[in-house]
Amino acid sequence: MDTLVARYSRPAAQRETFADDQHDDLHDDTTNSMSLKFAIPPIAQPSAWLRAATDDRANPQCPIKIAHGTTTLAFRFQGGIIVATDSRATAGNWIASQTVKKVIEINNCLLGTMAGGAADCQYWLAWLGMQCRLHELRHKRRISVAAASKILANLVYQYKGMGLSMGTMCAGVTKEEGPALYYIDSDGTRLAGNLFCVGSGQTFAYGVLDAEYRYDLSEEEALALGSRSILAATHRDAYSGGFINLYHVKEDGWVKHGFSDTNPIFWKTKLESGEFTNVTSDFVGERV
Amino acid sequence: MRGATVLKASDDKTRQLNKNTLMAYSGEAGDTVQFAEYIQANAQLYSMRNETDLSPSALANYVRGELATSLRSRKPYNVNLLLGGVDPITHKPSLFWLDYLASLAPVPYAAHGYAQYYCLSILDKHHSPGISLGEGIKLLEMCTDELKRRMPIDFKGMTVKAVTKNGIVDIEFNDDKIVKCA
Repeated sequence: MDTLVARYSRPAAQRETFADDQHDDLHDDTTNSMSLKFAIPPIAQPSAWLRAATDDRANPQCPIKIAHGTTTLAFRFQGGIIVATDSRATAGNWIASQTVKKVIEINNCLLGTMAGGAADCQYWLAWLGMQCRLHELRHKRRISVAAASKILANLVYQYKGMGLSMGTMCAGVTKEEGPALYYIDSDGTRLAGNLFCVGSGQTFAYGVLDAEYRYDLSEEEALALGSRSILAATHRDAYSGGFINLYHVKEDGWVKHGFSDTNPIFWKTKLESGEFTNVTSDFVGERV
Repeated sequence: MRGATVLKASDDKTRQLNKNTLMAYSGEAGDTVQFAEYIQANAQLYSMRNETDLSPSALANYVRGELATSLRSRKPYNVNLLLGGVDPITHKPSLFWLDYLASLAPVPYAAHGYAQYYCLSILDKHHSPGISLGEGIKLLEMCTDELKRRMPIDFKGMTVKAVTKNGIVDIEFNDDKIVKCA
């Protein structure tokens, strides 16, 4: 009992020393060494407790507001994989940031995207980066996208029902697999596919992307389509906006194609291509 | 739909208000048809009394007024509408988006319910006011393809009508096409 009390009365950060970590790595089996130990609140149902504290819709006065709301997309095509995201973070109705990096560079040929809880994604994708590096050191070759995505999927599955919130995509090109794209979410779903959009703006991005997606898109067309799909979502989804973050994953690593403000892109698209005809400058009263 | 059963697959969810105005509705069962036919009857009564049709914008404002009155009544109508028409004098086409909270907005393209999430981004990109009827049907097909591809519910076909300056015409629309995800 004393050990139990001692365990929970110390702050979580101090609980595990560096020496303890090393000890775990050496002696525990792989499943244990992969999941770090967190202090879990000593209550019967952590998920119900977390929901009571964080569910903004059921209880607008909830004490913790989790950053949510996003549009992210990734698709495979002849020239590799395009990864694009918006950059807005919202906590309830509040725009917490317009300059979030939702593409996480796991290593120089693997990318992860971030949707759902910002902290969950940031933390666990950084952790995934560490696991991938360890795999490289242990096996003297780079991890496959399938394996990397499965490490993450297995990790989030261990925490299933405890309130993790993430919808992420892993994109990478390896010698064995070619361009590979996986969708992983906090329910434990892991899917390989050609095309995914994740987040509150997903339907808007899918609309534009599905209509013109082909596997044999040229690099230029693919980049334009990825960026246009995010623009569509930032225009219609209040929880998406800010900047368009564009990446192209190729055989020899990923290339960044800018972090560009949506506002000038929107007006350029509207005025030069004649799109977004619902946006007008005339007073609504005059047209009714 | 009633509960978890499809009662009728080919229900026409539109009412013609006069020669050149058509109203499409969605919302609570019972309310929708009652409200639409009430509006239809009043529009027709106006046409008979005055030997002239109300313009689409006049009708839209009338419908909005009825919805606004209903909203603060003991039992409000739960009806969402799209009202399209061609002005009989100026031949100008117009489209109005109305919801059960009595919002009225003149728009170039519109949708209600979940369809908005899937279709508006397509329309944002591909719509322009100068397109022909054929191009309009193509655009509609892009939208229905996306709904078939991504929407988890099967809406069992479409009713397509065009409001032109010569009246309202039924359009043959092939909805048997199977669309799959990329």
